[in-house]
Amino acid sequence: MRAADLVTASFLMLLGGVVVFDAVRIGIGWGTDGPKSGFFPFWLGVLMIAACAVILIQAARRTRGKAFVTRRQLGPVLKVFCPAVALVIATQWLGLYVAAALYTGFYMRWIGRHSWLAVLAVAILFPLATFFTFEKWFLVPMPKGPLEAWLGQ
Amino acid sequence: MGIENLVLGFHIAITPYNLFVAVVGITLGTIIGVLPGLGGANGVAILLPLTFTMPPTSAIILLTSLYWGALFGGAITSILFNIPGEPWSVATTFDGYPLARQGKGGQALTAAFTSSFVGAFFSIVLITFFAPVLAEIALKFGPPEFFAIQLLTFSSFIGLGGGNPLKSLVSILLGFILAAVGLDIVTGQLRMTFGFIDLMKGFDFIVAVIGLFGIGEILLSVEEGLSFRSVPTGMNLRVVLDTWKILPRYARTFVRGAFIGFWMGFKPGGATPASFMSYAFAKRFSKHPERFGKGELEGVVAPETAAHAAGVAAMLPMITLGIPGSPTAAVMMGGLIIWGLQPGPLLFKEQPEFVWGLIASMYTGNIIGVLMVLAFVPLFAAILRIPFAILTPVIVVVCAVGSYAVHNSMIDIWYMVIFGLVGYVFKKLDYPLAPFVLALVLGDLAENALRQSLIMSQGSLLIFVTRPIAGAITTVALLFFALPVLTPWWRRMRGTAPAAPRGA
Repeated sequence: MRAADLVTASFLMLLGGVVVFDAVRIGIGWGTDGPKSGFFPFWLGVLMIAACAVILIQAARRTRGKAFVTRRQLGPVLKVFCPAVALVIATQWLGLYVAAALYTGFYMRWIGRHSWLAVLAVAILFPLATFFTFEKWFLVPMPKGPLEAWLGQ
Repeated sequence: MGIENLVLGFHIAITPYNLFVAVVGITLGTIIGVLPGLGGANGVAILLPLTFTMPPTSAIILLTSLYWGALFGGAITSILFNIPGEPWSVATTFDGYPLARQGKGGQALTAAFTSSFVGAFFSIVLITFFAPVLAEIALKFGPPEFFAIQLLTFSSFIGLGGGNPLKSLVSILLGFILAAVGLDIVTGQLRMTFGFIDLMKGFDFIVAVIGLFGIGEILLSVEEGLSFRSVPTGMNLRVVLDTWKILPRYARTFVRGAFIGFWMGFKPGGATPASFMSYAFAKRFSKHPERFGKGELEGVVAPETAAHAAGVAAMLPMITLGIPGSPTAAVMMGGLIIWGLQPGPLLFKEQPEFVWGLIASMYTGNIIGVLMVLAFVPLFAAILRIPFAILTPVIVVVCAVGSYAVHNSMIDIWYMVIFGLVGYVFKKLDYPLAPFVLALVLGDLAENALRQSLIMSQGSLLIFVTRPIAGAITTVALLFFALPVLTPWWRRMRGTAPAAPRGA
């Protein structure tokens, strides 16, 4: 936990620095019609740096506690996170519905070891149901790819 | 005057369409409350794009009903699965899960739903009477008063939120910083975009909510393995009626819980401390405190009453002041803005049908809600028997759909993933998420109130102290900010040990 605390606080402190830098660039003082654009962000950044500095000191003084994430915990977390990232990348190229079908099918087969029949049923019906709910019923368009173009949607 | 308006509201809330909307909302809400990784706040966020084409009153009824459903659903997982869906359900697991393991799950669930209903109803009655009065007062507020209220909102997270006050502060600051990214509407200047066109639009808090509470929550909940263990519900009409015969014994606990809940609840972040406080009080005043934690029905009644009273009370500042009391209320307020309504005191003057329809729907929604969950608990609990490998991809896809739908932009799905990671890390390191979301929502409003106040005073911060109402609110806010420093000092003065025994 200690290491993660130090890294997070340092990162946030750096972010505070970036905010202050940008605020100073656009002006933190009094303009012709009130405070300039950088006024509010400047003080946010300053407070951020100060608060993170104290958190850093607090964390550094502490002895090492339990780990931020154990090896046993990290496995399941990555097994959820990595496919989710793959889903987003696939959505960019294939559209949401095809990506969702591939992702659901892959996940069910890989993690759940479900039968191919169940995999196919869910991986086809779930995106279809999503399609009709969003595109047809509520008229909310989703990203589409080559398959939808080929089907003329 | 209040009664006539309420009657007007009921005329709107009990049209067949709006009742149908409420039933749909409660059903979806309960499902969302039961599912891991989907709570009230991001459930409302995901469904928000679907309401763009609806009339505003029906839209808010859908979203509030969803919220009630999610609150009820949280109790189901706490009792049957020992998984608190929301932080304020943690206290419910203390006695709810032991009861379920003893085969008294039906009793515990009946008690939980009934208590939730009583707590919520108490707060709704108070809102009915207080909201118009508060709105009337708030109409006289200027920018300094509104900024003072914002200060109070955020100071209560720091002073009363528990945990490390500095981390609460950092969460708030990060929310404000992200809110400031993009175009400054006052001066027309770009801020913190560093030349990236995608950053010009800024960060939408709805996407942040879906990422932080949706993806982040799933990552957290899978750490302990990829499955859930359940206990049978044991629910039937007989159990319900028998439990209802016992419950009047806990009348005092109900009243205490409802008061604690309302009092804590209209301040931000109040639901969780309210539920713990109510639990601690019930244990303290019980004749059998030793039974608590081993399956005492009163230990379910106390936190559930308070948590729901608080959950409903969080709506009060949203409709009267335009300042949401919880992340869920914040998302709803975002909805109001998208539907073209201005949240705040003017709503009562300009949109009485909307406000009173909403208040009346709180009554109808909770009545329908408690009957529905009592009747269909086994069905809702069965959702968690769906294999994990199907639930997870479905939830992730639904979150992605919800994020994309806000602005039809692909970058928002990426933001969702990033916010999911941030939520996971923040949760583990005890950076609270609720103040982060509220700051992201209120960022522009707070900054504008501050700027206008400073223009009024020509740059002097004294304006927040010298105006009577603003001064009083600022004083309380400063007190809250100082509380984490004052409390240890006060304890040392009185000579008590700094590590006070915990109530629960």
